[in-house]
Amino acid sequence: MNATKTLVQKTIEAPEDGFNVREFRQDFPILQRKVYGKPLVYLDNAASTQKPRVVTESMCRFCEQDYANIHRGVHHLSQIVTDAYEAARDKVRDLLNAADRREIVFVRGATEAINLVSSSYGRKNIKEGDEILVSEMEHHANIVPWQMLCEETGARLRVAPINDDGEIILDELAALLNDKTKLVAVSHVSNALGTINPVKQIITLAHERKIPVLVDGAQATPHMSVDVQDLGCEFYVFSGHKMYGPTGIGALYAKLDVLETMPPYQGGGDMIYSVTFEKTIYNDLPYRFEAGTPNITGGIGLGTAIDYLKSIGFDRIEAYEQDLLVYGTRRLSEVPGLRIIGTAKEKAGVLSFVFDDIHPHDIGTILDREGVAIRTGHHCAQPVMKRFDVPATARASLSFYNTKEDIDALVDALHKVIEVFR
Amino acid sequence: MSDLREIYQQVVLDHNKSPRNFREIEKPDRRADGYNPLCGDQLTVYLLLNGDTIEDVSFVGKGCAICTASASIMTQALKGKSESEAEKLFQRFHYMLTDEGEDPGAQDDNPPLGKLKVFSGVREFPVRVKCATLPWHTFHAALHQADKPTTTE
Repeated sequence: MNATKTLVQKTIEAPEDGFNVREFRQDFPILQRKVYGKPLVYLDNAASTQKPRVVTESMCRFCEQDYANIHRGVHHLSQIVTDAYEAARDKVRDLLNAADRREIVFVRGATEAINLVSSSYGRKNIKEGDEILVSEMEHHANIVPWQMLCEETGARLRVAPINDDGEIILDELAALLNDKTKLVAVSHVSNALGTINPVKQIITLAHERKIPVLVDGAQATPHMSVDVQDLGCEFYVFSGHKMYGPTGIGALYAKLDVLETMPPYQGGGDMIYSVTFEKTIYNDLPYRFEAGTPNITGGIGLGTAIDYLKSIGFDRIEAYEQDLLVYGTRRLSEVPGLRIIGTAKEKAGVLSFVFDDIHPHDIGTILDREGVAIRTGHHCAQPVMKRFDVPATARASLSFYNTKEDIDALVDALHKVIEVFR
Repeated sequence: MSDLREIYQQVVLDHNKSPRNFREIEKPDRRADGYNPLCGDQLTVYLLLNGDTIEDVSFVGKGCAICTASASIMTQALKGKSESEAEKLFQRFHYMLTDEGEDPGAQDDNPPLGKLKVFSGVREFPVRVKCATLPWHTFHAALHQADKPTTTE
């Protein structure tokens, strides 16, 4: 084993900028495993990312050595755990550069965060005849909660179109903003196309009309540094599992003055200050929005994942992934019959593609047998599929632990697909 | 590649490339829509009956190779069958891929599976079983005049 390891380290030099991907790959035990006897090439990172050992170990250590409930007991363990969980909140605050830790609400993930905003802020502020504006590239999670709210209130969902490259047409978005628009909900990075949206510009446009903005950051936080104060958005949501943390934990950022006006989302323990049968007084922020025992273990894991990403550095991650994206785009473009869907100028590491005469599902099955894991289907963005007139796409999505060899393996496997269907 | 050849047999690839009975029936006695939200497979099955006999059966839609070939071969297998034979064939095909229910023709291979056996390898690819069975479920819904679109979920 040691001899092999030395050999690998000798033959593969670290890139000049010092981003030693081999070293980071060692942090992810799963990347050593095989699938159907072939080394795993994991290119489904937009669906969920793998977990570095530090994350799983932190959760394991917590469960084995420090476990108790939070915000309750006077006993030693409860205090330790409360501190650890609240420290994770501080890490999320730092990740997003939020001004105040009370602006960070732990939730199950981006989906729950959007549902929280829709149920609480939406029901209070959006009425019949009002409009909610989304983009044509949204994930279902940033469409359906608003549709449900529209159905309930009689408000209207409007859609800002995208161009053939998969970019929001800003002029058209601006033209859709009007006095009836009560919220703009838009993704930071598209999961199906990889487009990085000009969210700051969109927020500025909306704010000129005093319209609040929710940014779905599920596909942004794994790849780039985010500064909610710089963006100025009212809401920002993300999921832990897409950024190397566990499933079942994520966060809602909401500006304090907005959060203060919002009614509770769910009732229960922890979200109250005092309860009598006559009257319940709600807890302070952000606990007012965190009913019931939360995903404590998940919160701790997410905190560790944030530490891990910061130790690598978002600037370096972004630069490395961009390099990989350029390489992947070039290599895929060379595959005969392959068409890339989503060719925005500003893109994160997503390569969605189709063949004219081979269905994505067939591509996925053949790639799978080659050990290459990609996603095929509509990626929970059926309107995007409709926009590009395809039933589905195949999608390879990148992480900083992927290599050019992974891209090569994808391309080789695609040639096998062509061979089968020739 | 060998196990892939098991699922993507030449017959399957051929029917995918040139699906048989890939057309609408102008005045069908029955029709049903089928949809697999997981992968976007979507098809419509048309039936023309003559008394108890399936006089014509056809389909249109968009799907993966397994779904398209399965629909194509299904139409060939069903044409001329009585409703009860077709029902049995549906159950036999379903059993071959899922082990669910029972095989009403296990003893005497009747009605014969014939060319439908090319799909037996699909059972080794659990996520693809629905691709092969969607056309059959859709046909089944058409036969029984189900109002709702068939989905695999």
